[in-house]
Amino acid sequence: MQDVVSQVSNFIDLNWVNMTYLFLVGFVGGLVSGFIGSGGAFVLTPGMMSLGVPGLVAVASNMCHKFPKALVGSLKRAKYGQVDVKLGIVLGISAEAGVLYGAHIQENIKKAFGDAGSNLYVSVAFVVILAVVGGFVLMDAWKTYKSGTTDAEEKVTKLAKWVQSINIPGTMVYFKSLNARISVLFTIPLGFATGMLAATIAVGGFIGVPAMIYVLGAPSLMASATELVIAFVMGLGGSFKYAMSGLVDIRLAMIILAGSLFGIQLGAIGTTYVKPFMIKMVMGVIMVTVLFSRALMVPVYMSQLGLISEIGDTVVKALKSTSFAIMIFALALGAFIVLKAMWQGRREEKLAAQEAVSHGKI
Amino acid sequence: MGGYKKKKPYASLIIMGIVSTALYVALLLNQDIINNTFGKGGMYAFFPIITAFVFSYFHGAFTGSFWTVMGVEAKKKKEVK
Repeated sequence: MQDVVSQVSNFIDLNWVNMTYLFLVGFVGGLVSGFIGSGGAFVLTPGMMSLGVPGLVAVASNMCHKFPKALVGSLKRAKYGQVDVKLGIVLGISAEAGVLYGAHIQENIKKAFGDAGSNLYVSVAFVVILAVVGGFVLMDAWKTYKSGTTDAEEKVTKLAKWVQSINIPGTMVYFKSLNARISVLFTIPLGFATGMLAATIAVGGFIGVPAMIYVLGAPSLMASATELVIAFVMGLGGSFKYAMSGLVDIRLAMIILAGSLFGIQLGAIGTTYVKPFMIKMVMGVIMVTVLFSRALMVPVYMSQLGLISEIGDTVVKALKSTSFAIMIFALALGAFIVLKAMWQGRREEKLAAQEAVSHGKI
Repeated sequence: MGGYKKKKPYASLIIMGIVSTALYVALLLNQDIINNTFGKGGMYAFFPIITAFVFSYFHGAFTGSFWTVMGVEAKKKKEVK
């Protein structure tokens, strides 16, 4: 513990430039997570590290801004009737266990293979999961868009119908978002996987939200809102764990929070204007874009581990900055789609209202 | 339902805005003491957690009122399944 505490004494100096930077990234991250339930963390952690914040302090401070943000976001979306608190808490608790286990695996990999090994593991996990899940989510959203059935009620997948049909006595719980009773033996592994992913790549929602939609059968809007409850439960436990080692830089966490609360309120409002498939669209687009960012880094870590021939410093530097730029682009793109969809929704509403007035309906 | 305009939450915006700003000013002016105390670890872990809750309450209310006053509100009569 002693060495951890002494390491913390190098909390960075804050100036207007880095505070504005954190505020803005916080705002955009908040906007996206208010909409799809998570996001932003994958840019914030490396973003803080680029300011000179030590890795663990960056992870801890990020988490300490995440849980209050998720709390505000879930309260807002609960007002719109989109949150399934029970499902969020049930998944959140098993996610907590997943976080602890994921962190444990990380520590072991770091011990055995060093920083490069741990980075390679994180990047490969990123690429594989984002390719499979992100590709699936994006294709599904695209199919809905192409088929012109964006207004139709979302169909429950065959898998979810099967999950809902299984009756295991003593484990059945009713969830309002699913309007069905399902066995917690299904929710526990899903929550656990969400937590493990959160511990590995900082964004558990990339598993949690698609799992709720495709495996359990929740509507997209409710899945993304419920993810905020999971993020709150997970973030609260995680922050406390890190804070016990003195790793949270509360200034960083609160400055990011300052921006992200503006963002999350806006993102949550945005969900009331869009069609449900837009949640999947934004999520899929971000996941697939981030995938490229991480894929670029795989050869760097492989060369550090001696698995492939050495890559020159200039190439490494170029790959690193391109990778970071793509991540920022992914987040900005997500935010852009959210704002655009919201703008369109508002305009349509205004037009409809004007039409109603001109027809003397009001 | 619609047809009339609700009063905008100016009072909440101003009060919560002042409290929120005060919290941030206090945090930044005392950052050395705060970081030294919060960074001690162990049971001091409660400090950052409580701080996060307090900030989220006041700043959350402020940002909520901010968008309402700006005229950005949730869609009315939204059907939710």
